[in-house]
Amino acid sequence: MMQADQLPVWAALLASALVLLGAGFTVIGAIGLARLQTFYERLHAPTLGTTWGAGGILLGSIVYFTVAQSRPVVHEVLIAAFLTVTTPVSLMLIARAALYRDRAERNPLVPPDDASQETDA
Amino acid sequence: MSRMLPYPLLAASLLAMWVLLNGLSAGHVVLGTAIAVAASHVMLALEPAKPRIRRWYLLPKLVAIVLADIWRSNIAVARLILRRDQSKRPSGFIVVPLELRNRTGLVILAVILTSTPGTAWVEYDSTRSTVLLHIFDLVDETYWIDLIKNRYEHLLLEILE
Repeated sequence: MMQADQLPVWAALLASALVLLGAGFTVIGAIGLARLQTFYERLHAPTLGTTWGAGGILLGSIVYFTVAQSRPVVHEVLIAAFLTVTTPVSLMLIARAALYRDRAERNPLVPPDDASQETDA
Repeated sequence: MSRMLPYPLLAASLLAMWVLLNGLSAGHVVLGTAIAVAASHVMLALEPAKPRIRRWYLLPKLVAIVLADIWRSNIAVARLILRRDQSKRPSGFIVVPLELRNRTGLVILAVILTSTPGTAWVEYDSTRSTVLLHIFDLVDETYWIDLIKNRYEHLLLEILE
C-alpha cells in the first residue's frame, strides 16, 4: 500500500479531478434543492448527486486505490449499481405522494387523474 | 440446467458481487457460487416473472447511449440550476404513450429516466399504458416524447421482444 504522497503525479491529478468533479455536481444539486421553486423541480436537483456526483467520487476512488494498492480495486461499482437501482424507488414514492396531495387539493399545476375522471363519467 | 440454476443472471450477479466484496480467490469463487445457487433457489419461492432478453448484443449500445445522455443532462441541469433567472425556465408534466408493456422493460425505462437529471418518472398508468413524467426544462414537448420513444423505448422493445 502506497501512501498518498508516493502516488504518481498522473494518478493523483486524475483522482483529484474526478473527486472534484463529483463533489462539484453534488454541490450544484444541493444548491438546486435549496433554490428551485416548486417541489417537482426540486426532484431533479438531487439526481445530479446520485449520478455524476457519486460517479465522479467513485471513479476517483477506483483510480486512487487501484494505483495505491497496485491491484484492481473496483468494488465501488457496487455502490454505483445499488444507488442506480434504489434511487427510482424513493423518487417515485415521494413524487407520487406529492401528486396525490396536489390532486386532492385540486392544484391546477398538476395534471388531473385521467383514469378516475373516466370512471366518474 | 434450469433446475440447477433457475435464475442464471441473478446467480451470476450475486457471484460477481461476492467476488468484488471479498477479493478474487479460488475459495471465494467456490463459496460465492454456493451462495449464489442457494439464493436463486430461495428466489424460486417468490416466483418473480422471469425476464427474457432476446438480443444481448444490443445491451452495450443501450448502456452507452444512457451513459452519454446522463453525462449531457448532468451538465445541462447543472447549468440551468446555476442560471440567475429561474422564472424563465418552463418546467412541466408530459404524458408519454408507451408500447412497452414488459415489466422488466418498464423497470429499465424507469431507472433510465429517473437517473437522467431533468426527467422524473412520476406515475405509470397500466390500463392506458402511459407514463406521466416531469420535465425540468420543457421547451419542446415533442422533443422529449420523441427522445423517449425513439431513443430508449425502441431499443428496449428490440432487446426484450
